[in-house]
Amino acid sequence: MIRVVDLHKSFGGNEVLRGVNLQLKRGETLVIIGQSGCGKSVLLKHVIGLLKPDRGKIYVDGVDITALDGDELHKITRRFGMLFQGTALFDSLTVGQNVSFGLERYTNYSEERIQALVKENLAKVGLRGIEHLMPFELSGGMRKRVGLARAIAYNPDIILYDEPSTGIDPIRADAINNLIIRMKNEMQASELIITHDMVSAYKVADRIGMLYGGKIIEMGTPEEIRNSKNPVVQQFIHGNAEGPIENW
Amino acid sequence: MFPKVKPPLFYINAFFEEVGEVGLLLFRTLKNLFKKPWEKGIFIQQLEEVGVRSLPVVSLTAAFGGLVFGLQTYIGFHRYIGPGSETYGGPIISLGLSKELIPILVGLMVAGRVGSSMAAEIGTMRITEQIDALFSLGADPIRYLVVPRTLACFIMLPFLTVYGDIIGMAAGFFYNVYLMGVNRVIYIRNTLMYIEMWDLFSGLIKASIFGVIIAIIGCWQGLKTEGGAEGVGRATTRTVVIASILILIVNFFLSQALPADI
Repeated sequence: MIRVVDLHKSFGGNEVLRGVNLQLKRGETLVIIGQSGCGKSVLLKHVIGLLKPDRGKIYVDGVDITALDGDELHKITRRFGMLFQGTALFDSLTVGQNVSFGLERYTNYSEERIQALVKENLAKVGLRGIEHLMPFELSGGMRKRVGLARAIAYNPDIILYDEPSTGIDPIRADAINNLIIRMKNEMQASELIITHDMVSAYKVADRIGMLYGGKIIEMGTPEEIRNSKNPVVQQFIHGNAEGPIENW
Repeated sequence: MFPKVKPPLFYINAFFEEVGEVGLLLFRTLKNLFKKPWEKGIFIQQLEEVGVRSLPVVSLTAAFGGLVFGLQTYIGFHRYIGPGSETYGGPIISLGLSKELIPILVGLMVAGRVGSSMAAEIGTMRITEQIDALFSLGADPIRYLVVPRTLACFIMLPFLTVYGDIIGMAAGFFYNVYLMGVNRVIYIRNTLMYIEMWDLFSGLIKASIFGVIIAIIGCWQGLKTEGGAEGVGRATTRTVVIASILILIVNFFLSQALPADI
């Protein structure tokens, strides 16, 4: 479904991605783990077309999106829903307007249908009767859920999650994990998740890949990652300060 | 101990790079001007923000600009031409206000009030990933953020200038006629005799161009904001400084380029 081939990206001489290769299969949940600042978000922003690589290709069902721009690119990104790390809710719009934003642009639905879908998607993430609230009136967990409702409202078949459990307490984080699993089962969506939260990664992933030094150094099922012989992977998943990873 | 001084070529390159960025943003804004979807709601909101909410500040600056202009023309005519010639202050005040002072005052006030707020709003959206979210939800950030703001400034600055012209001229009239006792009928007759529609219109052309400058600089600074709250603060300051300087420079060249009468 999504194939990333030899992706390179530098920012002012700092080479963040040094040849990333990965594949997201249809209906699969792929979790990319890695240290903070290792380029996970940069990778995700390339996949949705927000950044252009210095070198390499990203194919979505065979179409190279790195060669597309403007409206052509939006035809592809219509298939993506993205939950941002800080939720990125539009703070000048109400919750209802946030959730309807993509629906208004990606579909030709009537206003009544859009409002019904707003309610339905908020209900899917366990929120009711908050359409009129402004984002600043919500708690961190509620903001995450509204962000998810916004990302899935227009029924995308690929959902991208940028650190879905960061910044919320463990119980709310687990509730978000359950929602991620539910979204996949209900919508048959493919999911690409980046996180450094191993509890979350083990719970939701079909496969886990580790990004280190600008490359995917290990890829496998949660069990394979848990039993990996790679000392870098072992240090990361156990959260040890001592080990081969020195750049922290 | 001291920051390393960069070679002059670095600053020259950086300058041209920034000119290029602004030029590209202006080009992309013009290209998206008539593309759908038309963000009507944001455009109307911006008309109110740029126009209606600027009325108090424009009223005050235009009124005191008109008063001080009235005062200086009265002194000038009274001292150098002689008593009775003060009635010729009317056309001078009207000409000076409508062609130069009011468009510049309106431009500077709106740059301070609206340009900075555009940079702060878009800058905050930038650092909180809201602009990335716009893109992911099918909205082109240029079409959604920059086009309605630029169009609103382009339209509303001439309206604010007409409003400022009226207030400023009324203030000049008030000072000369009611405070200094200049003959009201002759003052008005002289004003109407010498002022031409083109004088007013050329000020409106300038105002429209100043509007585009304010919006493009505010949006440009907002879109390139980085570095958290400090970055937002820097973007707002830079917007006011760059837009104000550009307004003064462009005003001179427009005054040169626009014909004195047609």
